[in-house]
Amino acid sequence: MAEVTFLEALRQGLWEEMERDERVFILGEDVGLYGGAFKVTDGFSKRFGESRVIDTPISEAAIVGAAAGAAHMGLRPVAEMQFIDFISCAYDMLTNYVATARYRAGLSTPMVVRGPCGGYVRGGPFHSQNPEAAFLHTPGLKIVYPATVRDAKGLIKASIRDEDPVLYLEHKWLYRRIKEQLPEGEEILTPIGQARTAREGKHLSIISYGATLWKSLEAAEQLEKADGVSVEVLDLRTLLPMDDAAIVATVKKTNKVLIVHEDTRTGGIAGEIAARINEQAFEWLDGPIMRVTAHDVPLPYAPTLEDFVLPQTEDIVKAARWLAAY
Amino acid sequence: MALPATRPTASVPSGAVLSADQLLEIYYYLRLTRTMEERLVALYRQTKVIGGLFRSLGQEGESVASAYALERGRHKDVLSPLIRNLGSLLVMGAQPVEILRQYMAKADSPTRGRELNVHFNDLEKGYLGQISHLGDMIPVMAGIALSFKLRGEPRVGLVYIGDGGTSTGTFHEGLNLAAVQRLPLVVIGEYNHWAYSTPPEKQFAVKDLAEKAKGYGVPSVTVDGNDVFAVYEATRVAVERARRGKGVHFIEVKTYRRKGHAEHDDQHYVPPGELEQWAKANDPIDRYVQRLLTADMVAEADLKDIDDRVRVEVDQATDACVDEPLPPAETALPGVYVDPPAADKLWFKVL
Repeated sequence: MAEVTFLEALRQGLWEEMERDERVFILGEDVGLYGGAFKVTDGFSKRFGESRVIDTPISEAAIVGAAAGAAHMGLRPVAEMQFIDFISCAYDMLTNYVATARYRAGLSTPMVVRGPCGGYVRGGPFHSQNPEAAFLHTPGLKIVYPATVRDAKGLIKASIRDEDPVLYLEHKWLYRRIKEQLPEGEEILTPIGQARTAREGKHLSIISYGATLWKSLEAAEQLEKADGVSVEVLDLRTLLPMDDAAIVATVKKTNKVLIVHEDTRTGGIAGEIAARINEQAFEWLDGPIMRVTAHDVPLPYAPTLEDFVLPQTEDIVKAARWLAAY
Repeated sequence: MALPATRPTASVPSGAVLSADQLLEIYYYLRLTRTMEERLVALYRQTKVIGGLFRSLGQEGESVASAYALERGRHKDVLSPLIRNLGSLLVMGAQPVEILRQYMAKADSPTRGRELNVHFNDLEKGYLGQISHLGDMIPVMAGIALSFKLRGEPRVGLVYIGDGGTSTGTFHEGLNLAAVQRLPLVVIGEYNHWAYSTPPEKQFAVKDLAEKAKGYGVPSVTVDGNDVFAVYEATRVAVERARRGKGVHFIEVKTYRRKGHAEHDDQHYVPPGELEQWAKANDPIDRYVQRLLTADMVAEADLKDIDDRVRVEVDQATDACVDEPLPPAETALPGVYVDPPAADKLWFKVL
């Protein structure tokens, strides 16, 4: 066993897949000799050579488009967005070209687009985004969003092996903040499409993913201690396809649901989850489905502003307490 | 308004050696393209074509000649055609019946009625259909060329872009990436004078598309797009250089779109007399035939035989599919992913 960070687990997963399968290659901005803005691909260029770790121009649409073309021909590209905020520059390529390829034309496009997302790091409006809701609406894409060290590794490996295009979102606040013992020599693969119960509970369920999963766990701990409320926490891990069975199971168990995400509120993932619960488990509910999310503003820079806009542990505690008492 | 210049602005090295059989084969594809489109017009007027109909009248020469310069066959070169490159598609081995089925959205069409016109692929034969977002195929074809480079395969990609399409960001991003990576890619810039109804002077401030390519360090030439020989030769040279590791090449073909954007378009924006002038003085098939016959390269009877053969083939293809059914409604759902996830078990299906 060795204790590794989220970032190191992701790096290991990429490395192992590059070693295992020579069809896998990386392309993106500053991913080569520099090793990536966050050093996710540090040392890759030296080990695998410049032809498999390709430094590209600042051209997100071309990065994603070229990855798609290479994937059609049987390669397994992993395209890095230096910050996931820049994925909007490739929105057309991802949604119109990549996501539709199999359905409209029978084209195989096994590729991963990955990049650092998320706030709590004073990154301002263009280095803090969570773009998942913009792509949830796109049939043909898969979206994974690991919250743990183990899943950072297990999901990047599963994403690379997947036959369909996968958007892999990695929260930069977690990169070096969380650590976990990972077994050496054991292959870690996290199945895409399966949520995980992060904490068992009886009275109320919190459904979350990414950085707010940790804030939800913190809130659950506080509620247990202060109020004696037993909170179950579900880590979605994959957002598309969504694990309806796991969501419905936790609703049936606790009958109260709080959905927590870092992304803004209107049109966010929570709305979709609420709709699915409404369709599939309405009669099991003992209270309204509640949401804790960011406020509907671009994410501001100043600590006072960012902390106010993003969901914090105390916001989750407050909402859960209200719901528990409902 | 004077006819826009069509003279080549760069000399084309001559050296193409085409046998009489190859010359006739090129003629076959030219005639097949035009006859297919004439058939599609008839089917369109009978409301059997479901969506729009896009003609390449006047541009058949550059489509056929450029594709003909590629190595064709299983796992050889790959091209990506636009809607006005029916000729390129036919050269690469797409079958007339497949194209008719596509236009009529038949259940047995290559995309099972999911996509329109020439938006379909056969990567083994070497063609990748476009999507409607112009420019997107440049990065995608750069990726295909990248796969050739990474695997050390002696293959080349070829992709078309219209004069209007060169205004898109993806065109520039893709061309630049291909240039930096020295990818084996040939880009054919089709200066056909109309982007829907927009003329070149409202589309860009340069005179030639080739100038744009030069800005990325990409070798580029401008040729008379209605001269089959010139287009073939320029493409042959570019393809050969790309295959030898000399990177991306750009060929601008000056041609003219003699029909509207699609069949519904009445072309009221075209200056009077311009269409007639191009039809009379600068039709690529007429010019090709004239040159073949003047230089005594083929016999007139051989051309006539091809005309007859093409008519029969298009008739047979039409008869084979015109009465076929559309796809059953329930076939709309599967195939978004390889492994249907839970989303395929949609809740409304149980209602």
